[in-house]
Amino acid sequence: MFNYLSLLIALPLIGAIVLLFVPRANDRVVRWVAFITTLVTFAISVALFASFRATADMQFVERVAWIPQLGISYYIGVDGLSILLVVLTTFLMIIAIGGSWNGITERVREYHVLFLLLESAIIGVFVSLDLFLFYVFWEFTLIPMAFLIGIWGHGRRIYAAIKFILFTMLGSTLMLVAILVLVFAQRDASGALSFALTDILKTPVPIALQGILFAAFALAFAIKVPMFPFHTWLPDAHTEAPTAGSVILAAILLKMGTYGYVRFAMPLFPQATEQFTPLIATLSVIGIIYAALVAMVQEDVKKLVAYSSVAHLGFVMLGVFALNQQGVAGGMLQMLNHGISTGALFLIVGFIYERRHTRLITDFGGLSKQMPIFATVFMIVTLSSIGLPGTNGFVGEFLVLVGAYESHLRWYTVIATSGVILSAVYMLWMFQRVMFGELSNPKNQVLKDLNAREIVIMVPLIVMIFVMGLYPKPFIDRMVPAIDKMILISKTKQQVASVPAMPAMPAMPHAEPMTVTPAAEEK
Amino acid sequence: MPDLNTWLLISPELILTVFGLLIIVIDLVGREKSHAVLPWVAILGFILAIATIPYLAQDQTIFAGMYAIDKFAFFFKAIGAIGGILTVLISIDFLRTRTPAKGDFYLLLTFAVLATMMMASSTSLLMIYLSIEFLSYMSYLLAGFLREDKKSNEAAIKYFLYGAVTSALMLYGLSLLYGISGSLNLADLTKQFAASSDLSVKALGIVSFTLLLAGFGFKISAVPFHQWAPDVYEGAPTPVVAFLSVGSKAAGFALLLRVALTAFPTFHAEWIALLSVVAMMTMTLGNLVALQQTNVKRLLAYSSIAQAGYMLIGVIAANVSGASPFMGLNGVLIYLAAYLFTNLGAFVIVVAIENATGAVEIPEYAGLVKRAPLLAALFVVFFLSLAGIPPTVGFIGKFFVFGAALREGFLLLAAVGVINSVISVFYYFSIIRAAFFEEPKDATLIRVPGVMTASVAICAALVLLLAVFPQSLIDLAGMGMGMFGIARP
Repeated sequence: MFNYLSLLIALPLIGAIVLLFVPRANDRVVRWVAFITTLVTFAISVALFASFRATADMQFVERVAWIPQLGISYYIGVDGLSILLVVLTTFLMIIAIGGSWNGITERVREYHVLFLLLESAIIGVFVSLDLFLFYVFWEFTLIPMAFLIGIWGHGRRIYAAIKFILFTMLGSTLMLVAILVLVFAQRDASGALSFALTDILKTPVPIALQGILFAAFALAFAIKVPMFPFHTWLPDAHTEAPTAGSVILAAILLKMGTYGYVRFAMPLFPQATEQFTPLIATLSVIGIIYAALVAMVQEDVKKLVAYSSVAHLGFVMLGVFALNQQGVAGGMLQMLNHGISTGALFLIVGFIYERRHTRLITDFGGLSKQMPIFATVFMIVTLSSIGLPGTNGFVGEFLVLVGAYESHLRWYTVIATSGVILSAVYMLWMFQRVMFGELSNPKNQVLKDLNAREIVIMVPLIVMIFVMGLYPKPFIDRMVPAIDKMILISKTKQQVASVPAMPAMPAMPHAEPMTVTPAAEEK
Repeated sequence: MPDLNTWLLISPELILTVFGLLIIVIDLVGREKSHAVLPWVAILGFILAIATIPYLAQDQTIFAGMYAIDKFAFFFKAIGAIGGILTVLISIDFLRTRTPAKGDFYLLLTFAVLATMMMASSTSLLMIYLSIEFLSYMSYLLAGFLREDKKSNEAAIKYFLYGAVTSALMLYGLSLLYGISGSLNLADLTKQFAASSDLSVKALGIVSFTLLLAGFGFKISAVPFHQWAPDVYEGAPTPVVAFLSVGSKAAGFALLLRVALTAFPTFHAEWIALLSVVAMMTMTLGNLVALQQTNVKRLLAYSSIAQAGYMLIGVIAANVSGASPFMGLNGVLIYLAAYLFTNLGAFVIVVAIENATGAVEIPEYAGLVKRAPLLAALFVVFFLSLAGIPPTVGFIGKFFVFGAALREGFLLLAAVGVINSVISVFYYFSIIRAAFFEEPKDATLIRVPGVMTASVAICAALVLLLAVFPQSLIDLAGMGMGMFGIARP
């Protein structure tokens, strides 16, 4: 049977190879080839999403032996946890290519080749069900991104690129070691050497090993997310990256970290997850508050958005580690929301940077008079980022907070909630300083409003902001079975293993699908 | 007098001998114009030698147990010959302007490959010493081949001095071993050690292994026998360096593996302890010093020292009885094959740039991507492979080696190895950074001869293809462990 997931990985790769044969000077052709490739890839991913059934099973599975002696296979498939991230990837890639239509004028072909390679690798990360394959894709996302920052970035791009590489390499090599130790331990327990996630999950991981293995996986993912205190690479990478690079970095690459927890670290090591939850929740809450405070004093709009990412991802982590249906669903939704809102924010910053070649808040003021369309778009995205009801950000944040409050993380949630207010403070204050006030700077008085291309890029994002804010049901429905399964795996084992004396298990996660979502109520 | 069949079994060696002599004859007799065929004669010899390999491996010894005809040896013979072919391909253009005496060069190179083949097959103390010395002398001559060039002379002298000392140490170890066993044969040695409970025999055994390690360590450039490497890498003709970094290192590993696993299994715990220390020092020193290099060749020298450290992890974790596919031994073989294409590929690029512009310092690589886009792009492939980042074959090698270390419980070694490979990213990236992220001072395009482009493209294709389809390499390496099925006590 023909496998559409493999096609999804292969298409951008084929596009990249085709681009290599386009003559160097032909920038228009290059852009169109890249654009059409991402468009077709998106169309296929939407088709997959449409035919995706809301069950907990892996779908569109393909498994081909790769290195049989080692039990390594090309093993891919999607479930509710990953399908939406795949669609988000293919969706934002179109936006990213469209967003760099005029901004990138140098070495256009190489730029698009790297973008397509990146797309292939990211999709690979989200669909891999074999730890070896996952690691290969995971590592491969690093290279194109580092080049995008290093070649097409601004200012201290080289420093940022190298910092990005070293931080992520450190985490991922430790993860490789952990993968090997895990696989060997499972082989000793089950007798079969296999890197497939489904095989490894069949046998519980020895409790003695869980702590250290979880720590290694968690570190790699924490650097990617990034969680406080591993976030220092992010503001540098974001500030120096070209606009589309920042979009992809914030909107998709960071999600690889949070996805890693949900897909691998938590189901594989339930006991360790329980042990580490207080630590991770603490770091998430520190991240939320700290990043918000730092964002408040930023003078560079892009850096402000970068720090807001750290805060938002803190919410995702809190929700995921609440380990109940609302919490995880909120975390997953928030991954998508952050992808859309922050992607849009970076594009907006890119629009004014292309016009003014500065991103300092003090250089602007009163832009709303000169650029009314821009102001509207910016306003909607800002409100979505701070989670105003009716926009996507609200649904995710609300579910995260409800879920975390209901769980054992109640007190963390109480503190984290203040982060919601802080995010409103720094975002709205920035918006006010940039858009309102006197249009005193003569350079700002001649700014042109968004052109047709820019509007066309922003419209899908804004549509998604409202669709997911007003009617998130189709997304949540497809996630919930997989989330319930993930919670079951990450929890039941720990109950069986750690409290075997308990006569009955009262705290089984309730598995009925959610029917009413808060945002729908709102309407 | 050996019979015909015995002669057939050493046909790769015979072919190389004949072609070496043929090169002398053409060089002496032929006119100036005919010298252009010399490199192709050498290549033909290597190809024929490789072509015979699949028909020969039989897991037996010939010449009264002095010479092994097993798959393990043939794996290394193939590596040596492939290294020879690629070295010739990069030498053609390099030598054109630098020296008139081209015939001698190809002769020495052919014989150097012959010597690595003999090292891979040696199973007697005498053969071990003779083949190592044979390779050493060919290498000294090759290192000093540019007679007019002071750096080349310096490299040859330093190489010779270090080589002489380590070879003396090794010879002392070999004579101790002969004293213990009264036999030159490695297999007899094993029996002697296993049968004896005498404490002095044990002590002598450990001492002699340590002394032998001087000789092997010199060839594989392991700390503390590595000091020659930076100067030789910097001064010797670059194609020679390419060969030394791959062919000579592989042959050194072949001998180390064979001696350690077949002659010293009784001292397994001791040599593991010794090699662990050496491996950790080698990786760490190589990587830390490489961080400070600004000359590409010196950087590659320290990188090749560090790589030897990773391979030693595989030797230490070599478990030939285990049921796991991570046996350490196959890890070393896979790693060496990966390193062959990776490092030679990188050297082809270094040579091409040096020929066209004379640049050997990292700052001179600035903006390379604008001057030679293809070379710059392929450079990335090789550096990813050296750093062990997927999807390159270097990753597969590291995966097997580190996997074996973890499997056998060498956690500290694996940890040191992993930390080191992160450090290595930093200096490999320093070249990429100059080549891609910085602006060129002079934007003229670099012209590269077709032969070079072809060889670098083949290396890069193999580095990528063997990573995506590693099965054939893994199978070959698995077969290459054949000898240990019969030789184990």
